[in-house]
Amino acid sequence: MAENPRDRDVLGYPEPRYERSGLSDLASRKATRRQFIKGIIASGAAVSSAAYLFGCSSGERAVAPAGGVERMLTLRVNGQERHVDVLPNETLAMTLRYKLGLTGTKLGCDRGECGACTVLIDDVPTYACSTLTHQVRNRSIETIEGLEGPNGELHPVQQAMIDELGPQCGFCTPGQIMSAVGLLRANPRPTREEARLALSGNLCRCGAYDHYLNAVMRAAGQSAVSQA
Amino acid sequence: MGTRDMMPSFELYQPDTLEAALDLLGRFGEDGWALAGGNDSFDWFKDRVKRPRYVVDLTGIEALKGIRETADGGVEIGALTTLTEIERSDVIRSRFGVLAEAASKVASPQIRNTGTIGGNLCQDARCWYYRYGVHCYRAGGNTCYADTPEGQNREHCLWGADRCVAVSPSDTAPAMVVLDARMVVAGPNGEREVPAEQFFIGPSIDITRMTVLEPGELLTAIRIPPSWAGARFYFEKVADRNVWDFPLVNIAAAMRVNGNVIEDARFAAGAVQCTPRRLTVVEEVVRGQPRSEDLARLAGQSAVRGATPLNYNHFKIPLLQNLVMRAVRDA
Ligand SMILES: Cc1cc2nc3c(=O)[nH]c(=O)nc-3n(C[C@H](O)[C@H](O)[C@H](O)COP(=O)(O)OP(=O)(O)OC[C@H]3O[C@@H](n4cnc5c(N)ncnc54)[C@H](O)[C@@H]3O)c2cc1C
Ligand code: FES
Ligand code: FES
Repeated sequence: MAENPRDRDVLGYPEPRYERSGLSDLASRKATRRQFIKGIIASGAAVSSAAYLFGCSSGERAVAPAGGVERMLTLRVNGQERHVDVLPNETLAMTLRYKLGLTGTKLGCDRGECGACTVLIDDVPTYACSTLTHQVRNRSIETIEGLEGPNGELHPVQQAMIDELGPQCGFCTPGQIMSAVGLLRANPRPTREEARLALSGNLCRCGAYDHYLNAVMRAAGQSAVSQA
Repeated sequence: MGTRDMMPSFELYQPDTLEAALDLLGRFGEDGWALAGGNDSFDWFKDRVKRPRYVVDLTGIEALKGIRETADGGVEIGALTTLTEIERSDVIRSRFGVLAEAASKVASPQIRNTGTIGGNLCQDARCWYYRYGVHCYRAGGNTCYADTPEGQNREHCLWGADRCVAVSPSDTAPAMVVLDARMVVAGPNGEREVPAEQFFIGPSIDITRMTVLEPGELLTAIRIPPSWAGARFYFEKVADRNVWDFPLVNIAAAMRVNGNVIEDARFAAGAVQCTPRRLTVVEEVVRGQPRSEDLARLAGQSAVRGATPLNYNHFKIPLLQNLVMRAVRDA
């Protein structure tokens, strides 16, 4: 990703921009939720920064404290470069769902307690609700939408979920699948116990756990029954 | 389910050196917040209980990541190392297994993938009244809502109540105490090393903090000396669920056993007081003794002397007693 060279020097930023007086006033930067949503509607998937620019003139920007993040990011999502304006306080789940239209990533608890928002960051299962988007720029982000092949063929884990009647309501399923894919990339032949641990950060309100485990074992090319 | 709201706005800084991070935190003072994996922080922000204006993300500071073996046979763990890395590290597993085990019991796989050891050790109290944002003692008020006749205090302390009855929530903290780890703290005045046991502080010392860290200071590394390398270890955590839930009680132990005789031992329990509780009485009871069921029972009994339960946490007394018993017997 091309970074603005202004962002970094040896120490990570140039000194003169430290001035406390130069910090822009947060109060004037507040965007209401309504504006936020309107911004999204107005500009489709990628919101232009003008849609809810936080009262921050270019003059102010120039003296913004050094090291403060640039809001325009290029994210690597499902193998594509996506340009997007990301607030400093925005979680990855918010960016994926409401800026990039990738609503396969679910928000259940928004507190790191359910796993519905699980995505892969550099192949590692991560709660998108508990990660700032700015923390994963320059990383590879993978969501449920990125799993299927070029001709729409399902990923083996997705196919196995269908074959094993994995989901009930399906709300937790994208998260369960991402955890399973993360597991199989690191460990293509897991034991059922290893699969159980790998999916333990994903709650299923419907209690379809055993079906999910059967599917993971099937996707790994192992019979669910023999791996008890 | 409706959509979720944003957390309140803040300015985000992503320094890539420790010096830059300390500098920023020094400038921001009370308005600043150090952010690692965020698993503790985001709850505070989303609930609008803590509203820092400036958040300093430490996760870009490569120098604070990773596990290094030291010349003396110990290890140094950067504060930004994830719990997953610790759980999987060969050197930690083979020489300081109690820490790998403790790290593997934290929260859930995804939280361990981003949660850092520094964040785990520096995390704030989990008393839900406090987390809810009420103006309790710890929040600067003059009431403890957990320690009232109706207060729900099943998770709270057995020792060290002083207005506040919250406990140390960390699974890794007792392991650090048992390993005689030293916390490396950096601040505007340079670096200092604090023994794990003294790093954590209770309400009688400062009711608004859990550690000795002053505002503007950071934990940069944890140094584990070789003294307990390869010892017999024990870690067990009891929680309502095996995933996500904080410990009701956890126990960490290290023992040097020669023949059947326990030459030396360290015991520490979490979630029974505001700091990890070093069980020196247990250590004295077992030192120099042959391991036996009787010794294990005696050690368990000695562990709970002086425990002062609240209305709903009496169960923690036999729980701690049994955990110590098992540690002595099974380590
Ligand atoms: C659902 C859930 C379940 C959990 N269950 C458990 C559990 O079972 N056991 C357990 O032990 N914990 C548990 N936790 C607590 C905790 O979030 C994680 O343990 C994690 O390790 C915290 O690390 P972090 O890097 O994400 O922290 P952060 O949120 O980034 O930081 C936590 C605190 O430490 C400070 N901090 C972070 N790094 C440093 C540093 N280097 N120097 C100074 N201050 C620093 C931050 O300012 C903040 O106040 C749970 C959390 C959640 C959300
Ligand atoms: S929505 Fe992220 S864990 Fe529940
Ligand atoms: S299938 Fe309904 S929550 Fe898991």
